[in-house]
This record gives sequence, structure tokens and C-alpha cells, in this order.
Amino acid sequence: MQIELTLTAQAGADYSARDLGYLLHKHPDHVHVRDVAAGQLTIFYPEISDDSTTAVVHLNVDPVALVRGKNDHSDGLLSQYVNDRPYVASTFLSVSLTRALGQSMSGKSKERQDLADRELPYRARILPIALAGELDLARLLFEPLGYQVEIHAVDDSARVVDLVISGTTRLSALLNHLYVLIPVLDNAKHYFIDKEEIDKLLAKGEGWLATHPARDLITRRALKHRRALMNMALARLDESLATDDLDEDEPRPEPEEHLETPIRLHDLRLDAVEQVLKSHHTASVLDLGCGEGKLMRRLIKDGTFTRIVGVDPSVRTLEKANRRLYLNQASDAMAQRVTLQMGSLTYGDRRWKGFDAATLVEVIEHIEPHRLSALALSVFGDAKPGLVVMTTPNREYNALFDGMEDGQLRHPDHRFEWTRAKFQGWADAVAAQYDYTVTYAPLGPVDDTHGGPSQMATFTRGAA
Amino acid sequence: MTQISIPDFALVVLIGATGSGKSSFARKHFRETEIVSSDQCRALVSDDETDLAATADAFDLLTYTAGLRLKRRMLTVIDATSVKREDRAKLVALARKYHALPVALVLDIDPKLCHERNATRPNRDFGEHVPRNHSRALRRGLRSLQKEGFRQVQVMKSPDQVDALQITREPLWTDKRTDHGPFDIIGDIHGCFDELTELLTRLGYAIDPFDPAAEDLITAAHPQGRRVIFVGDITDRGPQNVNALRLVMGMVAQGSAQCVIGNHDFKLNKWLKGKSVTLNHGLDLTAAELEKTSDAFRKTVQDFTWDLRSHLWLADGTLVVAHAGLKADMHGRGSGTVRNFAMFGETTGEVDEFGLPVRLEWARDYRGAADVVYGHTPMAEAEWLNNTFCIDTGCVFGGKLTALRWPERETVAVTPARQYAEPAKPLDHGQNLSAQQDHDRLLYFDDYATKMRIETRFKSTIQIPEENSLAALEVMSRFAVDPRWLIYLPPTMAACPTAPDGPFLEHPAQAIAHYADRGVTDLVAEEKHMGSRALLVVARDAGTAQTRFGVEDGKTGVIYTRTGRPFFKDETQEAQIIDRVSTAMAKADLWSGLQTDWVLLDAELMPWSAKAQVLLQKQYRPTVAAAQASAAAVLEAINRAPHLAELEPLKTLSQQQAVNAQAMGRTIDGYCWDAPSIDDYHIAPFHILATEGQVHTDKSHTWHMETIENLAQADPILKPTGWRRFDSGNPDDIAAITNWWLTHTAAGGEGLVIKPTVFLVRGERGLIQPAMKVRGRDYLRIIYGPDYDMPANIERLRKRGLGRKFSLAEREFKLGFEGLHRFVERLPLSKVHACALAVLALESEPSDPRL
Repeated sequence: MQIELTLTAQAGADYSARDLGYLLHKHPDHVHVRDVAAGQLTIFYPEISDDSTTAVVHLNVDPVALVRGKNDHSDGLLSQYVNDRPYVASTFLSVSLTRALGQSMSGKSKERQDLADRELPYRARILPIALAGELDLARLLFEPLGYQVEIHAVDDSARVVDLVISGTTRLSALLNHLYVLIPVLDNAKHYFIDKEEIDKLLAKGEGWLATHPARDLITRRALKHRRALMNMALARLDESLATDDLDEDEPRPEPEEHLETPIRLHDLRLDAVEQVLKSHHTASVLDLGCGEGKLMRRLIKDGTFTRIVGVDPSVRTLEKANRRLYLNQASDAMAQRVTLQMGSLTYGDRRWKGFDAATLVEVIEHIEPHRLSALALSVFGDAKPGLVVMTTPNREYNALFDGMEDGQLRHPDHRFEWTRAKFQGWADAVAAQYDYTVTYAPLGPVDDTHGGPSQMATFTRGAA
Repeated sequence: MTQISIPDFALVVLIGATGSGKSSFARKHFRETEIVSSDQCRALVSDDETDLAATADAFDLLTYTAGLRLKRRMLTVIDATSVKREDRAKLVALARKYHALPVALVLDIDPKLCHERNATRPNRDFGEHVPRNHSRALRRGLRSLQKEGFRQVQVMKSPDQVDALQITREPLWTDKRTDHGPFDIIGDIHGCFDELTELLTRLGYAIDPFDPAAEDLITAAHPQGRRVIFVGDITDRGPQNVNALRLVMGMVAQGSAQCVIGNHDFKLNKWLKGKSVTLNHGLDLTAAELEKTSDAFRKTVQDFTWDLRSHLWLADGTLVVAHAGLKADMHGRGSGTVRNFAMFGETTGEVDEFGLPVRLEWARDYRGAADVVYGHTPMAEAEWLNNTFCIDTGCVFGGKLTALRWPERETVAVTPARQYAEPAKPLDHGQNLSAQQDHDRLLYFDDYATKMRIETRFKSTIQIPEENSLAALEVMSRFAVDPRWLIYLPPTMAACPTAPDGPFLEHPAQAIAHYADRGVTDLVAEEKHMGSRALLVVARDAGTAQTRFGVEDGKTGVIYTRTGRPFFKDETQEAQIIDRVSTAMAKADLWSGLQTDWVLLDAELMPWSAKAQVLLQKQYRPTVAAAQASAAAVLEAINRAPHLAELEPLKTLSQQQAVNAQAMGRTIDGYCWDAPSIDDYHIAPFHILATEGQVHTDKSHTWHMETIENLAQADPILKPTGWRRFDSGNPDDIAAITNWWLTHTAAGGEGLVIKPTVFLVRGERGLIQPAMKVRGRDYLRIIYGPDYDMPANIERLRKRGLGRKFSLAEREFKLGFEGLHRFVERLPLSKVHACALAVLALESEPSDPRL
């Protein structure tokens, strides 16, 4: 991939476009080849004249080293050979710029400092870029900085693009803009980032990033979506921003929670489930599909729950729950009262017998429909808790969410979302088969036509 | 000299004062590892074997160690003073927990002598009162040792007696592991004498002439020496209880039968001994008959029923017969609990609506390897469930009298002349599913969430670490098809050894040499299709699928990926393809030809784009586009700078990159086409893995290929696979194969698979790789990137960690086919599923995905 940098000089200008060579500290008549970490950087000038001079900065990435590492003792940065990384403008190119054009980036020129300090008409073409987003993203990033933007896709998928920006600016400003914004367009970073990355970002963004309208997006992407780092950076850009939100373990909201946030649905759901458990005087609760332990955290605070067991199929999720519930540092009494175990609802589990209640909060919709009979057999036919509380989204309500397409589900892992009739039909059949009685309630603000955003079924064993 | 015999599985408790010589006695009669000594435990927990403050912890260690040994059915000797009753009580409880017989060996030695001995040993400078107190305590308890629960007590009153004792070991009564049968195991008789004689005759036994009105024993024997095992409940409810007793006792006396005790036999014995019992449940009939017999006959019956064993542990521990069944941790052990379980089963004390005890369904949780054959609970049909077999089919209630031929596992049954008694509740009639299938509707997570050890029939046991099992369980529960369909997961296939030089990374020469080095020259080469791996389970119709697979989804078959996920999101599309393949099987006469109602096909399903759409859009296509754009951009710039001769190397490089990117794009395009209708799919089966009763690893690949060619003629969506058999010793053959590979891959083909013609070849060290892929030069761009074969790159890529891949391929192959054999042999689904999970678990091991 490469950047083509062009300096033009109109007739009668008091400088020559050939001066680009001085500004880049690279003689226009030579080919400059240099080994960099990612591969080989070549700088040459295909066009040299007083009116217009173009320098090409081409990076040829070593694709094998990317996967295998530079020697037998190190692993590579990528796990896949089939990867656009060796061919698109990315952090590899940004980093190479600082190696090869460091002086120019800091605004220095031995021979032409006056030109380095002046705003001149430049044009930069970056080709190809793997664009992470819509074509408009480039405009959003470069136009506020005073550039004209031309962009077009070079493949059908519109993921690989050819970008040209032009404007009157200082060379160092242009290079720093490219250094920061190429990786933002690409939205991937090849190296591990830490707090030092903030310093780099702020140094290269000096004078323009703080006031850039897409500041948040740039910061977020530049810092690889690490919220804590991003917040620190934003705080330093803007003293008014709060800095207390540094907990890396802060649970990430699930995708459906974005949609549902305005009505705080998840809290309502947990309130309702907790209420049902209390009103049935249950002491031992099996939280099936406990996730990171949001319901458990509530139940723990209430002494009437003497045994709380959370079950989840994912080891990683359980590790998070373990941290968030502080079970790793729990007292013996707490450790006996609250436990986590790995388990799956499509299997039976002998450890699930003898509980007063089981909860399945927003769980069934993550299970393939053809496996729901196994879930019913496992929970109602085998574990047989006295009470089962189950919640699931009400599909009818999706019509009221902003920005949801027709047929779209609230979470990418949802295998289905049921209407009230569908859910009740299934639950009635399960209750009948396994000798439970079931009642239903909507969760959240009820719409006359579409019902509540979520729905709850309460199954009681035997009681007719 | 006194000789005693103790069971070879027992908890032997030595009882004696300090200095009484227990330790040297123990060392003389037992292996060092059999002895758990309190002194040693004290030393282990405190560094000082005389530290009395450590006694409580030392005793914990002692019981823990002894408990583990007993759990493993190892004879264990406790070397502690054990003079106090409360200490012994804990040991008796320990023995009972593991169903070991507690044996007390008492060294009742003069305390003065004990003190003298202690004086000569270091660290034993106790006062004289210590052995004296021990001795006093010991003698206080001496008489009640039997009452405390010791089944055998031997007291030695002097050093001479201690020296004179000789101990031999004998197997437990129930331990008949050396008896391998063959057996005919017969269910609850309950006085159905006519049915019993008819059944014996059907089984081929010759019954000696007898007088039905006499009371002498009746004998019968099998000409081939087969022997009967009766599961007990000889009498009650039926019409001819005395004759039934005459025949059973006669055969047992003669050695042509064995019998275990049933609850009715136990109660009969109580009645004969004159104890108070209620004459109900048919005992009234037996009693009435017996009252007419002689005292001598009644005494014979009394002795016979008294001597009946709780259970029989047979044939190297692979068969257990007990009246009401027996849990795995009770096999070959003895205790009151074992005897009660064997007679009555496991009950909770609850009664059901018919007034019968509620039985815990121990068989549902049974995971043992031994077959357990039992009676006691009348069932409509005798059926296997998790290696257990209930053989009581309620003859006296109008059901039938059933025998199980073992090891053949065949049943023979006769129906009674009439119903002799009314059952308390109707016999359990199964539904559409067999008992095993009904049970298999639910598999248990806790059976797998642990380190798995899977014994395969390929002479190796494969271990799966717990973390891998858990990872596999997560994937399985989130994505896989119903486990009842998932009878097999395919192994990964090894890539051929890397070509040492030249333009190729892979070449047929290395695969052929790999096999030649291992003495395999009869090989086949098969075209490797580029699509997605698909396993097709296809039944003749939905009814057959339900009967054989126990599924309830109404499907005739399923198609799943190599990781067990449904191949198609759209179930109607899946159903259409299954239907087509099922019809093709019929057209090709394969249902009848293979004598089966179902088939498992291993296939490649094309186009690649059908399954890999996301991968193509997000990874492969953008890579090609970027590589092309990148090369084009630099070439364009170089062309504008003709004056710069130094750019020549970059130009050459970029030109080559442009060509490579184009080749990669062309190769990908060859594997992609729109498939709006199922007629646009190509399914190329390459193994007929299994059909009813058979796993086809015993057939050569030529059979597989020819049978598939036959099948493919029946439907155009089925594609045959190009193949050739060749002799790697013949240079012409090798040239032909190499040429084929070159032309096939130059035309965009993925490559060839080279296999030994015989499916399974055992080498000096384990299995020989069952197949090896040799991929084409352009295809490998999709694997290693477009520019992989540029000289600077290919030399570095030649180093590939193939050993790991080979080992993985071998283990997955064994697991996959072990699971399939288990399914074909109708083993419980939990055993089949373990293999599928294990393959998935191995796939979570880190290995180079490019090999």
C-alpha cells in the first residue's frame, strides 16, 4: 500500500514544487529504500517539476512474518495468512511514517524551514484502505480539518477504497492527520496498546483533535475501544469530563440493552423476578443462564435466599461473574451460600435437584428452537424445582424500538424472539406435560397493541 | 499352627496394645502397601510419630487413605491400637461405607511383655501403665467385637499364638470372576414351573424325568455345558412352588445352575425358620404347598434359601446378576446394604398410588461397564438400559418368562398358560421409544464436565483434559444438532509432509513416500473437492428415523458440519436434500443391498460459498481486492518514473504480486456460485461410514468409491469423486498420479487425497495416517495468502509442525469411529456422545489450522 504526496505550486508562486524533496528530507532523484519493522519502505518520486512534485511512500509488508513472527521464538501478530493487512493502509503504514519521515512530521526542514512553517497546497492519495464503515466516514474525519475528500471503492464490497484528500496546510499537519486518521479509517491496530498510546495520540493530535467534531469516534477507535483508556484520553482533551469511570470490569451492556435502555428494562425484569421469588418464599435458587451474575447480585443481598447457584455454559462468563460477585475473595459462609457452576440447559444435571426455584432470565431465546424440548425435559422433567420463573423478549414490541429493521432480533445470538401467543403456547404445553401451573405477566411499560417489551412466565409445580 | 482364611477384599483391623507386636505381625502377613499405620500417619502430619497432639489429624489421614483403598476394592490393614470401642466403630463404619467386610485380628498380649518390648525401642518410653490400660480396654471389648460389626474375629493370646497364625485369602462368595459362562439368565419364576420347564427346553436343556407329585430334587443340564443363573423369587403367587423349588435346587446342587437371593426367597426363609411373617403376596400359597411336604424337604429349602448369595460377579467383572440390580460401586462387595439393595433395590420409603414402594431408578444413573442383569420389577418388555437389563417380564402376572443368553445378549421367552395373579399395577408398557431411547432423551452434563478417558477399540485410551471437555460442552450446547443425530464427528485430515524444495509446498511425492516408508504401497488417490464438509444422516423415512435414532423431531435425517452444527439454517432445504438422498438410496438399491434403514455419509457439499459467505465477504474477497489494488497502485507509480532504474526489483515484485492476487481471485471464483435452489448444490460423498449393524471401515476405499458411484447415478445433485488406485512401487503409476494432480490443480481443483486402499492400517506404532491431503499450488493461496510461494516466503513456510497434526488426526479418527461403533452396537447414547464431545474437545487444542 502507499501514500502519494503531491505538492503543487501555481505559476508565479514564490517556491518550487521540487522543494517537496527538502521538506521530506529525501532527494527527488533517488530511490530511498529502508527496512522497517513491518517490511520494506520505498520512497521515490514519479513526478518532479516546479509545478507539481509527487512522492510515493510505498510499504511492502512481509506477510509470513506477520503470522509467524520474525524468528522461531516469537509468534506473529496475526493468526491468518489470508488477510488484507499486508496490502492496506493501516497502523503499519502510520508507524513507518514516523520512522521514515519523523523530522517532517515534527515540522522541521533543514533547508526550507520557511516552507515547512507555511500552509501550501498538498494532495495525498492513500491506496488502498480497508474502510471500516461507510464512505462518508472519510468526509467526517477529514473535512472538518479543511480537506477536500474524494473517495471511491475499488471492489464490489465497498470495503477496499482509494482515498484522496487535498487542502492547503502545513506538511507536518497533513502527516500527523494521516498518522492518526488512517488507523481510524481502518479501525484495527496491530500492536498492543496501553496508556502510552494516549500520549502518542495527544502529541500527534495537538492543536486539532480537541476541537474535532468526531473527537469521540477518533479517540475510541485510536484506543482500540478500550473504554478506560478512551475516557482518560477524552478527560485530558477536555478537563470537564469525569475520570472516575475507570473500572475495566464494568460489564459491557448487551446489544439488546442499548435498544431497551430508555425504559431500564433489565432492571425492571430483575425486580419482577426477584419479587416472584420472594412472594413464593423460596430459599434456594438456581439461576440458569446467570451470565455475569446480575440477578445473583440482587439475591445475595437478601438473607432469605440461603442457597444461590448460578449456572452458565461459558467459562469466560463465569470467570467474570466470579469477579463481579467477589466470590474469589468470599468468606466460607458466602462461598457455601453462593456458588457458580458450568452447565448447559440442553443437558440434564444431577446437581440441579432439590431447588425451591429456578430462574431463566432472557435465556431461552439463546437456545436453538429444536433444543428447547431438551431444556424443558431437563428443567421441568428432571431438576423439577418447585418454581420456575422465565422471561423472554416479546417480539411484538420490537415494532416500537427505534432503528430496528423488520425481522431483526434484539441480540445477534438470539435464535428467536417470540410473540406473546407463541411463548404462552409453548409454556402451556410444557406446563401440561410436566405437571406445572403457569401464569404470565408483561414486563415493562405495556403498549395496548404490542404488550410489554418483555414477558414473564411463572411455573408452579403441581399446584392446580 | 492355626490357619485362618480371610476374604481377599476386607478391612482388617489389628487390635492390640502398644508393644503387642502388631506392626511386625502386619508386615509378616500383608504387603507393605496394604498396611495403613497410625504411627506413620502421625509422622506424616507432624514429623513425629509419637506426637499425641497430632492423633486426631493422623486418624483423619488414616481413614482417608484407607477409604481410598477400599473405594478401589483393595484389601486394607489398619495398624493402630484400636483398643477403644469408639475408634473401632469408625473403622467399621468405613468398611460398611465401601461394602468391605470388617475383620478383627486381636493381639491380646500380656501388658508386661509389651512394656519390655517398648523399652528396647526408641521413642517408646511410655510408662508401664500405657500398655496396661490398653490391654484393659481391649479385654473389655473383646466379647462384643461381633456385635460391633466385625464379621470375623481371631484372638491371639500369646506371642506363640501370634507366630503360629497363618492367613490365607479367599475370594468373596459373590466373586465368580473366573466363571465366564456362557450363561442363560432366567427371570423371576414365582412358581411358574411349567413355563420354567418349557423355557429350559427351548434353551436346549435336557430335564431328567421326574414325578411331579414327589419331593426329590429335579435335575437338568445343557449338552454344551451352558449354565443357568436364576435371579431369585422362585416361589409365591404361582401354581407350582414346590416343583419350582425342586428344579432350582436340583440344578444348583448338580452344578448346572446358580441362584441369587430374591426378596421372596428371603421371606420364605424367615417363615421356614419359624419367624413371624405375614402370609401375603403369594407366600400363603407357597406355605400351603410346603406344609404338605416332609420336614426334611422343608429343611433343605430352608438351608438352600439361607445360603443364597446377594449377587454374582462374573466373567472378569463384566457381568453382575442380582435380584433387584446393583449399583456399580457395590459389585463384588459385601455388606448388609449390598444384600438389601440386591434384594429390594433402592427405595426411599415412599409408596406410590398402588401402595408399592417408590423405587429410585438406579439404572438411569448406572454408568458402569459391567452388564447388570436383574429381575424384581415386572416390565412389559425386557430391555437394555445403560448396560442394565431387567429380565422380570411378569410371567406370573400373565406376562412372560424371559431368559437372557449371555454373552450373546439374546433373549428367549415363553408365555404362561394363564395369568396366575393380579398385578398391583399394570405392567409398564413402553411408548414409541425403547427404554434406552427414552432415557437418552436427556444426557447429563455432569457425566462429561470432567477429565474424560475414552477407551477405544483401537488399542488406545484417549484422554481429554477437563478444560477441553468444558470448551466442547459449551460449543455443543450452543450450536450443535440434537445429540441423538450426532453419532459421529469426523477427524481432521493431515496435510502431507512438506516438499523440501522447488516451487511446491505440497506434492504427491511426499505423501506417497510417507506411506511407502511404512510399507504401504497399495494406495488410492481421490479428488479433493472444495466445498464444506457435511455429514449426512439419512433414514429411509421419518418413522425409521424415530425408531432407530429415538428422535422426536419428525425428520428423516440431518446434515451437519464437521463441528456438529446444522449445515443449513433453512430446515426445509435440509429436508429436501435428505429426501433426495433417501430416494437415491432406494433407486440405487442400497437400502436392501446394505440391509439397512439408515446410512451415514461423509461428504463435501459445494459450492463453498453456500456455507462460507461471511468468510468470503469479510476475509477472502477483500484480501484479493486489496492485494490487487496495492500492486496496481505501485506499478502505476513506477511506470511514471521510468528514469529510476533502481525501482526494477520493486517492479518485478509488484508484478508477481499482481499475478498472485489474480490467481487467488480466480481460484476462489471457481469454488463459488449462486445456489438458489437445491439443484444447484453438489454433494460428493466419499465415505459410506455406517449403516445398520455395520461401520464400513472394514471395506476398502475402492468399495466406498464404487458404491458411491452407483449411488450418484440415482440423482444429479450427488456427484461421484474422481479416484484411482495405484501401486506406489510402479513408476508409471506415480507419474500418472503426479500428472493428474498437476492438471487437476492447474484447472482450479483443490488437490488430491492419498489413502491406503485398505481403510484401516496398523503400523508398528499405532495407526497409519488414514488419509493425507496434497493441495494444489493455487489453492494454497487461500490458505497461506496470495504471495506464499514467492521464494522469500515459501522457504520459511516449509517449516510446519506436522507431528502435532498427525497425532491429532490419529486420535480424532479413533474417537470418531469408536463412537460410531458404539452407536451401531446400540450402546447408550451417553457413550456415543462422549466420543463426539471428545473429538470436539481435541479440536479446541491449539494446532496450526493451515495443515
